[in-house]
Amino acid sequence: MQEKISRDEVRHVAGLARLELSEREEMRLTEQMNRILEYMETLNELNTEGVPPTTHAIQLRNVFRADEVQPSLERRDTLANAPETDGVSFVVPKVI
Amino acid sequence: MEPYALTMHELHDLLVRKELSVTETLNSFLTRIETLNPRLNSYLSVLAESSLAEAGRFDRGERDLRASPLAGIPLAIKDVLCMQGTVTTCGSRILENFVPPYDGTVIARLREAGAIFLGKTNMDEFAMGSSTENSAYGVTRNPWDRERVPGGSSGGSAAAVAADLCSGSLGTDTGGSIRQPASFCGVVGLKPTYGRVSRFGLVAFASSLDQIGPITKDVEDAAVLLRAIAGHDRRDSTSVDRPVPDYRASLREPIKGLRLGIPKEYFVHGMRPEIADAVQRAINVCLQLGAEVGEVSLPHTGYGVAAYYIIAPAEACSNLARYDGVKYGLRVPDARDLIGMYRTSRSQGFGAEVKRRIMLGTYVLSAGYYDAYYTKASQARTLIRKDFLDAFDSFDALMAPVTPVPAFKIGEKSDDPLQMYLNDALTLPASLAGVPGISVPCGFSGEGLPIGLQILGPHFREDLLLRIAYQFEQATAHHLARPGSI
Repeated sequence: MQEKISRDEVRHVAGLARLELSEREEMRLTEQMNRILEYMETLNELNTEGVPPTTHAIQLRNVFRADEVQPSLERRDTLANAPETDGVSFVVPKVI
Repeated sequence: MEPYALTMHELHDLLVRKELSVTETLNSFLTRIETLNPRLNSYLSVLAESSLAEAGRFDRGERDLRASPLAGIPLAIKDVLCMQGTVTTCGSRILENFVPPYDGTVIARLREAGAIFLGKTNMDEFAMGSSTENSAYGVTRNPWDRERVPGGSSGGSAAAVAADLCSGSLGTDTGGSIRQPASFCGVVGLKPTYGRVSRFGLVAFASSLDQIGPITKDVEDAAVLLRAIAGHDRRDSTSVDRPVPDYRASLREPIKGLRLGIPKEYFVHGMRPEIADAVQRAINVCLQLGAEVGEVSLPHTGYGVAAYYIIAPAEACSNLARYDGVKYGLRVPDARDLIGMYRTSRSQGFGAEVKRRIMLGTYVLSAGYYDAYYTKASQARTLIRKDFLDAFDSFDALMAPVTPVPAFKIGEKSDDPLQMYLNDALTLPASLAGVPGISVPCGFSGEGLPIGLQILGPHFREDLLLRIAYQFEQATAHHLARPGSI
């Protein structure tokens, strides 16, 4: 069986998803994703030429509301769950 | 009868007639939870103090029990729904200490209606799973057989209802997460039409599929609970602005003359014969009630699993990008830089199934694969949706099994993700099509495990589903069965 996704690709995708996988996780995921993606091949039996994709089962168009100022969360409440703040902003590790 | 054993509507009648106080009711539940929750792990948190305080307000006459059919009724809430001031974990380590600063819309509506929140229930992490085995806080056990799963992802809610640890509960359904656990636990579970119930304050898994719905002891309770939570919400622009019918009022209308379709693709290879038999007996009951029954084909049913397990992970990987250790949730300290912090926090915070779906979703959306997977799956979704619309040209509703097998053993499928996914084959198509579905008890397997009947209807016809389910329920006694000693 031809591999759908290689271990290198799994590592690459993990990087895109901001995940760090252990050696063991990487091996297991490669095997599992190959089996799952192999199963997805069943979709290729379908002739979908000219079939529009559905992204939402209930189609709504142009849901507008008036652009009015509404009360929002207090800064204190917004920051309450943050791992690190200075009381005004979220604090993150050095970016540059 | 103990208050915990009553349905919501029975309990409300007694409360209004002052035959029982709300505090007595709460104590009856809290005692039972204390005894049984260690054996079932149905609740992740129990809100004893706040629920008793609320009960006191009713008993002192500060709140009116007549104000709504939910006034004074103790409910269990799936831990994926934000409740102000109450830890909401989503079954994940990454949200172990997350305390929402606001109420989700359904919670606000239930609070307003006078419902009392007993606690938050266990679930597969971020609602990804069909057994609650993916919870970071341990599996929930099925009250009918503690060696078996309660189903998932709303397994904690379904088990709590089945074991009389609450009067009713809310679950969420993305690909079957209300209907399947309801069927495994022998209770009623309704997934509304996509857009019927506001998702504001529901922690997102797959936004085009997620819906909140009731899990209850009988159909009448499901009608009451759905009415309370349904309706447009300006905070969720995908919630649909159309009137919410009084579902309870139409339950007693006979189903004589209704056309019920039996989708042949739902009687799949590998299905336990006793499940097909139980559903067949349910169909016979409906025939006796005067319904017309005919076979129907939904030809693309077999593509539901593949389409769903592309679309749902694709949406999930995008939704779960927000867990970055900055605004809330776990942050693993001492990272060298920002990206390192993201990576270590997410890797330690998420469990195996969530990582698997993030990986699958990221892969199918990545450059070069998008069309082959995501576009193709979205086209299959169009065909699956059209199957339903075509079927509803000739039939008022469809009757089918919920799952091919009853509750499986803990550990039986947890090492094989694809096998676990395939078990969802009969609930996924309705989710992809956005149509409503209900699971109602229709019998038991040889080993005494509950079997559910799935009724599917056209968009926004929850009234019809509830009515058929109610007429069936009242003609049978399956819903009265309760698990033996737990």
